[in-house]
Amino acid sequence: MAVGPMKMRATIAGGNTDVRVLMTHPMTTAQSGQPLHFIQNVVVKQNGKTVLEAEISQAVSRNPVFTFRLKGGAKGDKIEVSWVDNKGDSNKIESAVA
Amino acid sequence: MKTTRRTLIAALGALLLKPLAAFAAWNEQAFGAKTAADALKTLGASSPAASKDIMIEAPQIAENGAVVPIEVSSSIPGTSSIAVLIEKNPFPLAGRFEFRDGALPYVKLNVKMGETSDVRVIATAGGKHFAASREIKVTIGGCGG
Repeated sequence: MAVGPMKMRATIAGGNTDVRVLMTHPMTTAQSGQPLHFIQNVVVKQNGKTVLEAEISQAVSRNPVFTFRLKGGAKGDKIEVSWVDNKGDSNKIESAVA
Repeated sequence: MKTTRRTLIAALGALLLKPLAAFAAWNEQAFGAKTAADALKTLGASSPAASKDIMIEAPQIAENGAVVPIEVSSSIPGTSSIAVLIEKNPFPLAGRFEFRDGALPYVKLNVKMGETSDVRVIATAGGKHFAASREIKVTIGGCGG
């Protein structure tokens, strides 16, 4: 299974911004007998400013889904989530808070 | 699309630039640690203080170890990062999340678990480390995925 598109939904909930993002990625482990291939870095930006940086391992499930929570925020804020994997592949998605 | 010299140069440029993205910081030592204790040592969080202000939401029993939902948050003031470790996984450190100004110390993710294990969450606030853990029972291990 290959690396593919991302999906994201950012909404205001309880006065904060909830960002739910899906990444299409095999996230294969060394135990699987397949080549080790997993996302290592994830960055979340709010209106162009980095608010969250994550380092993750092959222990994150296939097609990772994350929920992040940003302080405050308003409808129309631009949220960008990007990732880089251990082979140097990368992808990103941007959408406005609904 | 017609292949012009310009598109060829652009394609070559993309190929050359691609490996640069791989240099994003990734703590190989901490993620390569085979025990939770070693991973914590590498992160400089060897003896975290137990805290009731770290919340771990997870199923008591996970039928499928390939997708175990874990929701963590910290109400310790000034929490700047959260690390999630699965004690009995071959490489316990599953992720480390750094919250900058603008992000709340909260994350929900799905992880793989090879077997029943404690999940440890380390929150760092003001240079101090705090820990909470919770056991998740796994019916079918999920490290082959």
